[in-house]
Amino acid sequence: MTPARLGRFALRRAAQAIPVVGGIVTLTFFLIHLAPGDPVYMMAGEGGDAGYYAEMRGRYGLDRPLAEQYVRYLGAVAQGDLGHSYAYQRPVLGVIVERLPATLLLSGAALAIAVGAGLAFGLVAALAPASHADVWLRVLTSAIFAAPVFWVGQLLLLVFAVLVPVFPVGGLTSLREGSSAGLGDVVWHLVLPAACLSFGFLAALARVLRGSLSVEIRREYVRAARARGDSTARAVLAHAFPNALLPALTLIGHQVGYLLTGAGLAEVVFGWPGIGRLLLDASSQRDYPLVVAVLLTVSWLVVAANVVTDTLYVAADPRLES
Amino acid sequence: MTIVTPARLERPGARAAARAGLVLLGAVCLVAAGADLIAPGDPFTTSDQVLRPPSWAHLLGSDDFGRDLFTAIVHGTRISLLVALAATAMAMSLGVVVGATAGYAGGWVDDLLMRVTEVFQVVPRFFLVVTAVALFGSGLGLVILIVALTSWSSTARLVRAQVMSGVTLDHVLAARAAGARPLRIVWRHILPMALPPLVAHAAFQASGAILAEAGVSFLGLGDPSVMTWGALMHEAQHFLRVAWWLAVFPGLALTVTVLGLHLVADGAADAP
Repeated sequence: MTPARLGRFALRRAAQAIPVVGGIVTLTFFLIHLAPGDPVYMMAGEGGDAGYYAEMRGRYGLDRPLAEQYVRYLGAVAQGDLGHSYAYQRPVLGVIVERLPATLLLSGAALAIAVGAGLAFGLVAALAPASHADVWLRVLTSAIFAAPVFWVGQLLLLVFAVLVPVFPVGGLTSLREGSSAGLGDVVWHLVLPAACLSFGFLAALARVLRGSLSVEIRREYVRAARARGDSTARAVLAHAFPNALLPALTLIGHQVGYLLTGAGLAEVVFGWPGIGRLLLDASSQRDYPLVVAVLLTVSWLVVAANVVTDTLYVAADPRLES
Repeated sequence: MTIVTPARLERPGARAAARAGLVLLGAVCLVAAGADLIAPGDPFTTSDQVLRPPSWAHLLGSDDFGRDLFTAIVHGTRISLLVALAATAMAMSLGVVVGATAGYAGGWVDDLLMRVTEVFQVVPRFFLVVTAVALFGSGLGLVILIVALTSWSSTARLVRAQVMSGVTLDHVLAARAAGARPLRIVWRHILPMALPPLVAHAAFQASGAILAEAGVSFLGLGDPSVMTWGALMHEAQHFLRVAWWLAVFPGLALTVTVLGLHLVADGAADAP
């Protein structure tokens, strides 16, 4: 497929996502207005004085009819104004943008571990169906699926930070806020939370790859490759494996919400300063605008990830364009 | 409809896994039913036996208020199962109604309902639950309602697909020709065929509901008036260095319950 055609597909797919993005904003509008209490707290946080709220009411048009408020809200969100945090004394979007990189680093590292190990395990299981390795992989993946990410995190901390203290208990660096940390220090702090977050994905990927690969290796083109004199390893790795990767790609791209959820919980266990911790702090401080803005941001990330995945999918297999 | 291929039935250990799931789930239900016999007393009762490791006096140890962890976990089983049953029943009902309406009506009704479903599908459910709890409050009933309202979308999609493929089948066409009403056609002629995937789906919904409530409680945002596994793990987070048992056992209870549901779901999906 030519890059231009792929670009057109990506644009078309992004356009299709616009109603969903609008729907998400509508959902948060409903949440803000259905919640008990004055909506001004939902847009401007708690703790301000009468003058502050009067100003914010004017700014978000909270004294106008509901339909007008909805249009204003859509407009404000479209311009990047997701509300004002009283606790932080500034627009919530800026607060989120500061914390997002930590979450993306954690999720990215976990994804890298999961893809590497998950593909390896899936490959082993598919090449030896019904073997001990295959059966154990299924038992193990079922158990890992069932274990909540915060429990896995606590177990990892108990073993590797308390019992055998090789990794730090939490945080992003050993340094105090404000000073810069070395890359090694960040990586050292990243190991446990990233491993914790990777397990669920790893299990899912191993399962999906086992399934798709055991179908692909029975196909005729693999037999044809063998007949041409390819070794088994080459026939599987060079021919069957790339085709078997497609379902794994879908899994990765369409489970970004699950990944971000896990990241949020892992952040709380490991004191990792990302948006999961931010959400928790915001809800305990009743900083409602920040809470709602975190929801909006993660939802948009999921929509964006879905668009990217579908585009990659079409790039990998142009037959799927329709 | 599930199409049972020979390959699926052949899966080694599939039956054993499903049976193991039923055993786990049965054990959890027994514990919930017999909680007052197994661990009599109020799980909130405090004592001066603070942060004791597992012993004969405290089978699974005690927490920082001197409360018995075994009693707390046993009584927590009831809350988790209540959440699972109530939230799943609500989410499945809503999902079946939305999905069947969309699939049967088609046209703009389908378009509209599927747009709404898509929004709920995209928004990460856990973030939505945490946001709603922060905005609306954390009573157990409210948490259950919120979990249900955020998890019907996958059911709706499943049912819609089943109804859309079901309406073209001969016996359904015959029922339509005989003048059966849409509600009767869907309820009597299409949904029964979709039962295995629906049962599997319900078991997954139940495990999702348990995990969502546990996650909310783990964050310390749950209902403080009931004893839940998630709340125990929230407490454990502060005492990881001194009281490993506070984290290990509630998490184990949670994992075993969810595993039981997953294995049963797998078994139901494979059922002929």
